[in-house]
Amino acid sequence: MPDDETLTMVLDGRPVPARKGEKIIAAAERAGTYIPRFCYHPRMRPVGMCRMCLVEVKGPRGFSLQPACFMDAADGMEVVTTSDKVKKAQDGILEFLLVNHPLDCPVCDKGGECPLQDQTMTWGPGESRLVEEKVHFAKPIWISSLVALDRERCIQCDRCTRFATEVAGEALINFISRGDHLEVNTFPELPFDSYFSGNTVQICPVGALTATPYRFKARPWDLEQCESTCTSCAVGCRVAVQSSSDRVIRYLGVDSDPVNHGWLCDKGRFDFEANNSEDRVIHPLLRKDQELQEVTWSRALAAAAQGLRRALDRYGPSGVGVIGGARLTNEDAYAWAKLAKSVLRTDSVDAQLGDGLPAEVVLGLPRATIDQACSARALVLLAPDLHEELPILHLRLRQAVLDGGLPVVELAPAASGLSHLARVSLPYRPGEAADLVQQVLSPHRARSAGPSAPTDADAAARQARERARQLLGLDQGGRGEGVVVVLGRPSLAEPADSIAAAAAALAQALPEARFLPALRRANVHGALDMGLAPGLLPGRVTLEEGRDWFTRGWGTLPDSRGQETAGMLAAAAEGRMGALVLLGADPLADFPDRRLARRALDGVEFVVAVDAFLNGSSRRADVVLPAAMYAERPGTTTNLEGRITRLGQKVVAPGTCRPDWMIAAELAAALGADLGLESVEEIWDEIERLAPSHAGITRVLLASRSSRDGLLAPLPRVPVRIQPGVGRPGGGPAVHPGTTDTGVGATQGVPAPIDPMATPGIGSAERHGVPNVAGAPEDWSTEEEREAWEGPDREARAEEARRQEDVASRPSPLTYSGPTVAPDVPRVDGYGLRLVTGRVLYDQGTLVQACPSLAPLAPGPRLRVNRYDLDRLGRAPGDRVRVVTPGASLVLEAVVDPGIPRGSAALAFNLEGEGAADLIDATKPVTDVRLETI
Amino acid sequence: MITDAAPIVTARLRQHADSHTLERYLATGGYRALRKALSMHPEDVAAEVSKASLLGRGGAGFPAGRKWSMLRPNPVRYLTVNGDESEPATFKDHLLIECDPHQILEGSLITAYAIGAAQVFIYVRGEFALGLERMQSALNEAYRYGAVGRDIFGSGFSVDVVVHPGAGAYICGDETGLLESLEGKRGFPRIKPPYYPAAMGLYGEPTVVNNVETMSNIPWIVLHGGDAFASLGEGSSTGTRLFALSGHVRRPGNYEVEMAKTTFSDLIHAPVYGQGLRAGRTLKAFIPGGASSPWFGPELVDLPLSQDEVAKHSSMLGSGSVVVMDDTTCAVRAAWRITRFFARESCGQCTPCRVGSGWLEKIMRRIEDGAGREEDLDLLLDVCDNISPELVWPPQQTTICPLGPSIPPSIYSAIRMFRDEFLVHIKDGACPYA
Repeated sequence: MPDDETLTMVLDGRPVPARKGEKIIAAAERAGTYIPRFCYHPRMRPVGMCRMCLVEVKGPRGFSLQPACFMDAADGMEVVTTSDKVKKAQDGILEFLLVNHPLDCPVCDKGGECPLQDQTMTWGPGESRLVEEKVHFAKPIWISSLVALDRERCIQCDRCTRFATEVAGEALINFISRGDHLEVNTFPELPFDSYFSGNTVQICPVGALTATPYRFKARPWDLEQCESTCTSCAVGCRVAVQSSSDRVIRYLGVDSDPVNHGWLCDKGRFDFEANNSEDRVIHPLLRKDQELQEVTWSRALAAAAQGLRRALDRYGPSGVGVIGGARLTNEDAYAWAKLAKSVLRTDSVDAQLGDGLPAEVVLGLPRATIDQACSARALVLLAPDLHEELPILHLRLRQAVLDGGLPVVELAPAASGLSHLARVSLPYRPGEAADLVQQVLSPHRARSAGPSAPTDADAAARQARERARQLLGLDQGGRGEGVVVVLGRPSLAEPADSIAAAAAALAQALPEARFLPALRRANVHGALDMGLAPGLLPGRVTLEEGRDWFTRGWGTLPDSRGQETAGMLAAAAEGRMGALVLLGADPLADFPDRRLARRALDGVEFVVAVDAFLNGSSRRADVVLPAAMYAERPGTTTNLEGRITRLGQKVVAPGTCRPDWMIAAELAAALGADLGLESVEEIWDEIERLAPSHAGITRVLLASRSSRDGLLAPLPRVPVRIQPGVGRPGGGPAVHPGTTDTGVGATQGVPAPIDPMATPGIGSAERHGVPNVAGAPEDWSTEEEREAWEGPDREARAEEARRQEDVASRPSPLTYSGPTVAPDVPRVDGYGLRLVTGRVLYDQGTLVQACPSLAPLAPGPRLRVNRYDLDRLGRAPGDRVRVVTPGASLVLEAVVDPGIPRGSAALAFNLEGEGAADLIDATKPVTDVRLETI
Repeated sequence: MITDAAPIVTARLRQHADSHTLERYLATGGYRALRKALSMHPEDVAAEVSKASLLGRGGAGFPAGRKWSMLRPNPVRYLTVNGDESEPATFKDHLLIECDPHQILEGSLITAYAIGAAQVFIYVRGEFALGLERMQSALNEAYRYGAVGRDIFGSGFSVDVVVHPGAGAYICGDETGLLESLEGKRGFPRIKPPYYPAAMGLYGEPTVVNNVETMSNIPWIVLHGGDAFASLGEGSSTGTRLFALSGHVRRPGNYEVEMAKTTFSDLIHAPVYGQGLRAGRTLKAFIPGGASSPWFGPELVDLPLSQDEVAKHSSMLGSGSVVVMDDTTCAVRAAWRITRFFARESCGQCTPCRVGSGWLEKIMRRIEDGAGREEDLDLLLDVCDNISPELVWPPQQTTICPLGPSIPPSIYSAIRMFRDEFLVHIKDGACPYA
C-alpha cells in the first residue's frame, strides 16, 4: 500500500486528509484541531472510556456524539468539534471527572503539570455544583515498592492498567469494583512488581500514581528540563532530564519513534538517584599511608602521570592497560582512546569486561536497526535475556510479536522473557551455540547427538530445527533477506568465540541477514566506535587499516595489537603489567572471574581509577579521579544500533568532578603531551574529521531538529537533507491549552514534538522557557541551529561535498567474517551441571546500589535448575546446596525453574555475596558445577 | 381489550407443574418444531421468522429476523442467548428459564440452524439457582435425546450448547457486556461502532445475541408459520408478549397477552390479569417498560401495549415490565430507588455513567431525606442531560452503552410529573409520605 494513501474527512466544514485506520482525534490534531482527551494515548489501543473527546459524527441516522479517539476517520466523514452540543458534552465530562476528584492540588505532585487541572482551568466552570460527599478511599496504597496509588485522585482512564497489560505484558494492576467505586488495584499478595512500573506514573493524567524517587520532592514550576539520552543500557532511550535547585529530580521518557516510544525501564528512569548520592567521589583521592585521601587535582594528576610513566619505563607501552569506558560519552571515549593509543601508545584498551563480544563482531557485521528487527521477516534471538538487560528492546520486540506477528527463533541456554512468544525456542548448552547454529543451517552435516538411539526428545528437537529453517527461508534457498539476528552473549560463562563463530556461520549462510548487537552497558558501542578496544582505531577501522590515516591525524600509534580485558588481567596477575587505568570499571564485580580480577589487582603495581564512586576495585586504586556523571556533562552517545544522539547537561557536577575527556586531556598534559582537545565541540569536530564511520555527522547536523532521534552512523551515501524548522518551538499554532508545542505541523522525517497529554510534565517544564533541545551549552541552539533550519540545501550541499572529498582518502571500516570454527568445549559429565549466568536489571552494581529506591530490589542469589536434575540429584526445591567447581564452592538455595534445560544450572550474575563470578575460571571455556548436600 | 389469543410461550407452564422436564415437553409436542426446521432450508426458517416480525423481547425491541440477516458472512458464527435478566420489576425470563427451559433450547437450536451457528451459549443470571439447574438439566436431557450435539436427529446438522452462569452484574445483560463476560473478561460493554455483535461479536466472530423470550417464540413460529404469528397483534407489534406486572395491583405476576390489542388498563384491571388497584386507591403513575423507561401518568392508561404507540408518547415497552404506583407512592423515593439501582450497577467504564449515576443518587437521596434545595431540580436535569443530551426520546447518550441513558428517565419523569412533590420535600425538610 502506498504511503500517501489518504482519505478526506470533513472536519468542521473543511476537508482534511487522514490516513486509513487513523483515529479522528489524530487526524484532527494533524490538521490543527485539538480535541481534548484523557484516556487516549498514542502508543496504546484506544478505549473510549473518559469520553472527553466526544465529537459529533454524521452517521446513517444523522449526527451523534462519538469518541474521536476510538472511531477511525473515513472518507467523506463529517465531524463537528465545535458545536454547542459538543461543548456541553465535554464540559459535562470535565465536571464529572472533578466530582470525586479531591481538590488537593496544592499538595499534589501533579499540581502545575496536571492535564485535569490544565483543562479545568481552560474550560471548566468557575465553581463546583457538588455539595455531596465525595467517594473516599484509603490513601495512598503502595502497589509496589516504587509506586504509590491514590485512588481518590484516579480518574479511571485505564492508561496504567492498559500499559501493564498491553505494553508490559504484566497484568498486575486491574480495575476492581464498579460504579463510582471503580478502582485500580493489585491482586491481593501480588504487588505490581514490574521493571516498567514507572511508565504508569509517567502517563497518569492526574496525581494518582507517584513514585518514591520524585514523590514530594519538587514543584513542577520549579523544574528545568533538557532532552537527553538514557545511558543505563545500550538501547539509548530518549529522555527529558528534569532538575530542581540544580539536582536531577526526575526523568521522563520522550517518544522517540525509532527507539523507545516514550517508555523507560525503572532502572533507567530512577537511577538518577545515584547522581545525588552522598557516596559520590567528588574530589581526587590519592593513596597516602595506605589510605585514600583527598588531594588537589594537580597533585592527583601528577601522581597518576608519575605512576603511568614509571610503568611505561619499566614495562613498555604494553605494560599499561585501560579497562572500561562504556560509561563515557563518545567524546570522552575518543579523548581516552587518543590518550591511550597515541600518548601512552598502548593498544591494551578494552571497554568491555570480558562479558561481551569481540569488537570486530559488534562493528563488523551488517547492522540492523530496532525498527528493522521489529519488522523482520524472521528474527533470530541469540542474546541475553532482553527483559533483564535491554528492557525497552524487549518491549519493542514483544510488541512486534503481538501486533505484527514477528516470527522469533530463539537460541538460548535458558528461557528468557521472550521465550513464550517465540515461534521456535531452541535450547543449547553454554559453549554449544555454534554447534546448534550449524545443526539449524546444515541439518545433514550435523554432528551425531551421541551413541544412544534417537529419542522422542531428539525428534522434537529436529522438528524445531526444521521449523527454524523454514522461518529463516533456508529451505527455499533464501539468503537471509529480511532476517535480523539479535546477537549478544547469552551467558557470561560461555566463550565469546563460540558466539562469534555462531554469528559468522549465520552471516555466511544468510549473507543478506542483518545483525543487532545486544550489548551490555550503556555506551559500549560508542566506546568501541572511538577505538576503546584492542586492535581498533576511531571510526570502526583496524589498527593496521587505519595506521597511515591516524598517524597523520594523531602522530604516534601502538606498534601492535594489545590485549582484551581478560588478557590484561592475566598479565597483571602474572606481574607483567605496570599500571591499569579503570575507566568506570569494577573488574572485581563485573569481570566473569573474580579470582583472576583479584589476583590482577594484587599483581599490578599502579592503579588509576576514573570513577564517580568508590567500588570494590577503585577502593584498591592508587589514584582516584572523580568523574562527572550523566546529566552533568554534554556530549553524545551511541546506542546498539549505532545511533548517535546528544546528551544534555542539566546540572553542575558536584565538588570538583570533571568530564572524562577533560581528565584525559589533563593527564596527557601531566605526561607532557597535548591531546589538542579543549572542548566537547572540538572533540566532535575531530571525530567527524578523522573517524571514517562518522564522516559527515557534523555538530550542526546533530543539533538540527530533524536529528532529534539521532543519526545512524555511518550516514547513507545520499546527501542528508536537514529539514526546515517545522514544528520547532513557537513555529506551530498553539492550540493546546497551556502549552506551546503539540504535534501540529509535524511532517514525515521530523520527529513529532512532545505530546504533553501523552507525557504530562514534559509540557509544563517546556512552558517555562527551558530549551528542550539537548546539548549543554545554552548557546548551542542559536546561530548554528538557525542556519541548520533555514539553510538546508546550502548546508547539505556543503556537507556532501566535504564528505565525498574525505571519503576518498579515509580508511575503510572493518567487516567481520570469521572464524567459523567454535572452540572445543568439553562434554558435561553426568554428575555436573553447566552454569548459565546472565545479568539481571537490579544487581549489586555500584550504580543500582547507590540508588536508595532501586538497591533493595536486587534479588538474592538462587540457583535455578530443572526439576528433573534436582530430583536426579536427590534435592528438593528450596534446599540449600553446596555448588562446587574445581576452584571454588559456595552455598546457595536451589529452586526449580522449568525454563532451565536439563543439565544446566542458572545463577544470575553480580548478586549479593559470593556468586557466579567466583565459580567461573576465565581460562576455561565453560563452567561445570556439582551440587553437594550440606 | 382482552383477546382470546392462545398463549404461546406460557402455554405449557400454565398447564403442567412439570413443564420443565423433557418428558412433559415431548408429550406436549416438544422438538417437533426442531425436526420440522431441520427439514427446511435454513434460509426458509429465517424467512418465517422475518415474516413473523418477531420483535426482540429483551428491551430494545429490534426485529429478530432483521438481526439475523445482518450477520457478517463468516465460516464461524455464534448464537448467544441472553438470560441475564437482572432489572428490578423484570421477571418474565426468570419464569421461562425455570418452567420451560426446553422451549428456550429448542428455539435456540432452530436459530442456530437458521443462522449457521455451530455453538450456542445460553447466559443465565447467576442468581437464578433453580433456573440454572433446570436449564442445565434440560440441556443434558436434550443431549441424551439427540436434539443437541452431533448430527441432530440424523439431519447432518450439529451444534453444541453451553449454559453459562453470570456472576452478579446487571451490565452483563447488555449484549456486548455479556460477550466480554463470556470471554472471561470484566463485563465492560464494547463501543458500537465498530463492535456490533453481528459484525464483531464473541471472540471477534459474527454473533447473534437474542433474549430468552425471543427464543421461546421460535418453535411456535416454525410450527405455525410466520404469518400466523404476524396475524396476532397489530402493526409492528405482532404475536403475544409476556408482561411482568408489579407494584400496587392486587394480582401482580407474569401475563402473556396479545400485543397491541390489549391496553395497559386491561393489564392492570382485568380480572384475568392484575385485578385492579387496592381498594380505595387511585392510579398515580405507571412505568410502561422497566426501570429505564420514562413513566406514564393515568391519562395514558388506555394506550395499547404496542411498541409504536408507546414510542409515540416518548417511552418504551422495554423489558416488558409494568410497574403500577398508586397514590401512596412517593415519586421522589421511587425515582431515587431506581437511580440507586443504576448507580450500584454502573460498570464504571465510562465517566458520565460512572460518576453521574452516583452523583444523581446522592442528590435524590438528599432530597428524599429532606435536605434538598430548589436548585437541585435544575441540577438533576442538567446532570441527566450530560449523560443523555437533551433528554429526548429515543435517548441520545454520551456513554458507551445504554445503561447511561437508562438513568435519567425515572428522574426527569418524576420531576416533570411531580415537581410539587419535590418542592414539598424541600420546603418541609422531610418526605410527606414517610
